[in-house]
Amino acid sequence: MKMMAVDQGKAFPGTPRTLRRGHIRIEDAVKIYGPQNGGILAVDHCTFDVPAGEITVVVGPSGCGKTTLLNAIAGFHSLSAGAIYLDEEVLCGPGRLKAEPGPDRIVVFQNGALFPWKTNIDNVTFGPIMQGTMTPAQAYEKARHMMADAGLRGVENNYPGEISSGVRRRVEIVRALMNDPKILLLDEPYRALDSLTKSVMHEALLDIFYRTRVTVFFITHDLEEAIFLGHRVIIMTTRPCRPKKVLDIDIPHPRDYSALTTKRFRELMDETAMAVHEEAIKAFEAGEMER
Amino acid sequence: MTETEVTGLRTFQPAEAGTVATDTPNSWALSMYRTALWLKSPRPYLMLIGFGLFLGFWYLSVEVLKLPRFAEMPGPTEVIDEWLNQDPTYGLSIFIPEYYMHIWVSTRRIAIAFILATVTGVPLGLFLGWSQRFKQYVFPVFELLRPIPPLAWVPLAIVMFRGSETPVIFLTFLASFYATALNTMLGVQSIDVSLIRAASCLGAKRWQIFRHIVVPGALPFIFTGLQISVGVAWFSLVAGEMVSGQYGLGYVINTSYTMVRYPTIIIGMVTLGIVGYVTSAAIRAVGDYMMQWRTRELSLGRQ
Repeated sequence: MKMMAVDQGKAFPGTPRTLRRGHIRIEDAVKIYGPQNGGILAVDHCTFDVPAGEITVVVGPSGCGKTTLLNAIAGFHSLSAGAIYLDEEVLCGPGRLKAEPGPDRIVVFQNGALFPWKTNIDNVTFGPIMQGTMTPAQAYEKARHMMADAGLRGVENNYPGEISSGVRRRVEIVRALMNDPKILLLDEPYRALDSLTKSVMHEALLDIFYRTRVTVFFITHDLEEAIFLGHRVIIMTTRPCRPKKVLDIDIPHPRDYSALTTKRFRELMDETAMAVHEEAIKAFEAGEMER
Repeated sequence: MTETEVTGLRTFQPAEAGTVATDTPNSWALSMYRTALWLKSPRPYLMLIGFGLFLGFWYLSVEVLKLPRFAEMPGPTEVIDEWLNQDPTYGLSIFIPEYYMHIWVSTRRIAIAFILATVTGVPLGLFLGWSQRFKQYVFPVFELLRPIPPLAWVPLAIVMFRGSETPVIFLTFLASFYATALNTMLGVQSIDVSLIRAASCLGAKRWQIFRHIVVPGALPFIFTGLQISVGVAWFSLVAGEMVSGQYGLGYVINTSYTMVRYPTIIIGMVTLGIVGYVTSAAIRAVGDYMMQWRTRELSLGRQ
């Protein structure tokens, strides 16, 4: 906790490169659902990098297979071929196509996955206590600090069902950060939120990112969200999923919502909107929009 | 509105969001609040009217109009008179110790059977839901035995068990057991896979996931199962008591029929209704207590 407080003051524009971790490299990833011949090709020879200490956003139409990639990184699914590396160590690859889930890569889920029967603070302390990396006393101490830092003071002993969905997402991100993960995997986490809450959540996420510099891999179908948050935006083709266009977003960090009205933001939107739209049409024609 | 104005201009300020705090009401205050709401709503009065209409219909059809097939039936005044009589005509009222003996014997059988069904049915259901392999072994047999009505087990129960007590408890146990195990299994299957994935992301081992995610996640279904279980337990208990035994409410009803003590039949039936309702409510209360999170969510009007 002390480290984080110091970070907040002086660390921006970035902690030294040597401290950065969470670099993901996806190499020639293929995922076929069903039989190897004639199954559904969800991910087609996909290769790209998620640089350490940055926010990488993957944009693609619903059902394009981007969640499949995220699940492969998290270790929920196997790949059919190819490899994924985390900080140059093999997560999954030939010989072991399914990664082990672990607290170095924590997923924040589309519809939220706080345990409804645990109070917020018990959710936050779940990771370290289960792993045995902290005593319960240490875990609660750290959790209280982290929740206070994230503006969650006062909801510690409430249940997730008693707080608003926006606050729930923040609790879930704090729960992930408690484990000091190398990378956060966010699977359209703000999809179900209304647009006002969403804008607050975006800034909250950036705020957390500036404080911790944790690598973020973010999946969305919302281009505006992608450009606003990302250092790098990867636009995916519709199924099978493959990078169609990689954009380095040159809007300076730290960003806040005023970035949305800048000329550069509009230019980037214009440049990419067509590419995303094309894929959306293809997806629609393939009858995949309902997924 | 001020919040959007503020956050629209600057980066997110943790201090502002710190005000989401709410006072957590304790469960006593919550139940008082709900009781007060209930008394203000029309519900309790509609309920009283409902009871009134039921008794009125009974009274009219039996004692006033004396409808053809109702002539032999005891009317409400006769039953109440007998039930509350210090010296009942047919020997059973709230002043007779034997009455409580019958209630006690039935309740005891229910308790034993219900507890047995719970301690066997819940673990079985949990494993059925949790392990595909286990389910493949056990579930087909389970599904084949389940449709056999408890009454069809009567002869085997008498052959298998000694005395008159154990067969009755066995029959009562059977139906309860199926309801509990099946609902528990469905409860495990109803758990959002995201929760299990989240737990494994956070480093929980398999048995930790079982203990912290699967068991609490299945609890709402388990308690639904237990409610059904206690209901069908009374159902098959009475059937069992009619077949064998010297005490119990089912026995009271059956012997009163053969000995033409009609008001006593009704006393037995009403008592069954009341005792059954109380056991059901008790289980609901235990469930609410064990699932505080759910009670609190529901009290906020969320599903």
